[in-house]
Amino acid sequence: MQPLEHIDDVAEPAAVKLGRAIVVTSGKGGVGKTTTTANLGTALAQRGARVAVIDADVGLRNLDIVMGLESRVRHHVLDVLEEKVSLDEALVPDKNSATLFLLAAAQEREKDDVDTEKMRALVARLREQFDYVLIDSPAGIERGFQNAVVGAQEAIVVCTPEVSAVRDVDRVVGLLGNQFHPQLIINRLRPQLVRKGKMLSVEDVNAILRLPLLGVIADEPEIVVTTNRGTPLALDGTNKTGAAYQAIAARIAGEDVPAPTVEIRESFADRLSAFFGGRRS
Amino acid sequence: MIDFVKRLFGQSGSSATAKERLRLVLLSDHLSLAPELIDQMKHDLVEVISRYVQVDKSKIEVGVERQDASVALMANIPIVSVHRPSGGTPTDTASPPIASPPAPSTASASVAAAPNVSSPGLDRAAGTQAQRRKRRRKGAAPGAPAPAVTPAHAT
Ligand SMILES: Nc1ncnc2c1ncn2[C@@H]1O[C@H](COP(=O)(O)OP(=O)(O)OP(=O)(O)O)[C@@H](O)[C@H]1O
Ligand SMILES: [Mg+2]
Repeated sequence: MQPLEHIDDVAEPAAVKLGRAIVVTSGKGGVGKTTTTANLGTALAQRGARVAVIDADVGLRNLDIVMGLESRVRHHVLDVLEEKVSLDEALVPDKNSATLFLLAAAQEREKDDVDTEKMRALVARLREQFDYVLIDSPAGIERGFQNAVVGAQEAIVVCTPEVSAVRDVDRVVGLLGNQFHPQLIINRLRPQLVRKGKMLSVEDVNAILRLPLLGVIADEPEIVVTTNRGTPLALDGTNKTGAAYQAIAARIAGEDVPAPTVEIRESFADRLSAFFGGRRS
Repeated sequence: MIDFVKRLFGQSGSSATAKERLRLVLLSDHLSLAPELIDQMKHDLVEVISRYVQVDKSKIEVGVERQDASVALMANIPIVSVHRPSGGTPTDTASPPIASPPAPSTASASVAAAPNVSSPGLDRAAGTQAQRRKRRRKGAAPGAPAPAVTPAHAT
């Protein structure tokens, strides 16, 4: 598969409409950036969009595993940046979605090996060929994060309902500034715990971050199963979480999808407690 | 009372603890001040305001929020009485305890001020509770201090 082909046929390349480069980031590690990237990449591609997902976690690559493409990876981002192979050669076609491609990270290299300006140029090139370029950022706010962010115009921040994760997202949003229009995905929410007052709620988290809410993903056992298999859950619209990823993709694409919720039926006790709790200073 | 109700309904309320810890840690992060200094600041703030009006110390909330390209310090200080506390003088630093507050007035002082911290890129800004609520309704993305990274120019 040659994603470049259709571009080469165009006589006037100046008329090409550039795609959107979106970095998926969080600050804190292990909150679900890679899972989110794989699922949103899949969901966007299932809608017919041309999508490239880039693993910017050089040295700790795993987007290929989550997408089940590890056996197909021959080259990686650094091979392209160092001009050892062409971009086309390095793009790995997805198993499930014809319009989805992966650019894998180098496993035996360091984050400092990435030239930030070359990374910016690479993302710019990808934007000429794809409608969406999703960049899976590594944890942290150092060099690897900078390289992940450099080519993007938009950011999706992934946050779990935990004090440390919210604090880190707050920091990342501060570093991003206004330019990236960060939007929030709350991941691994457990409605039952929220109901019992044992977990921060969507409202609690966003009362602090106050970002446009792109979606809420529950803590979902099927994520583990689908990650084991390497088939993103977003392919399965009959699963609630799979459908939630599809709804987020629709929202990214600009569709007016109903406000994101996970089913939380408030009990009388919750409301009573919230009533008294709300009165407290 | 609240604890009683919570116990009655078997709620541990650890999310409330999480919320409070989060609020404090972010206040500290944003102001680059140690939590003890924030406590001190809160104390001093109350002291100054108490010279003019009687406030309900138990209900004071101090927080910080990001606004476009700045950080604002928000203080919510409920006023119990608009009269000067009895026996208090403007130089009296020890604010008297509230003996038996009258029916609590619904008025609350909302102080908004920009922190004068050394972090670069923090503009001075002020906001009121009303503005804050308006922004919240709009769902506007909060601003932030000077970005450390510049995006590739948008389409
Ligand atoms: N919604 C979810 N429900 C259940 N498990 C999840 C969910 N999201 C992520 N996980 C699990 O959490 C773990 C961490 O997820 P993931 O690798 O996507 O995080 P990350 O932010 O990319 O981590 P890192 O910072 O190390 O790159 C994985 O085992 C993943 O399967
Ligand atoms: Mg990851």
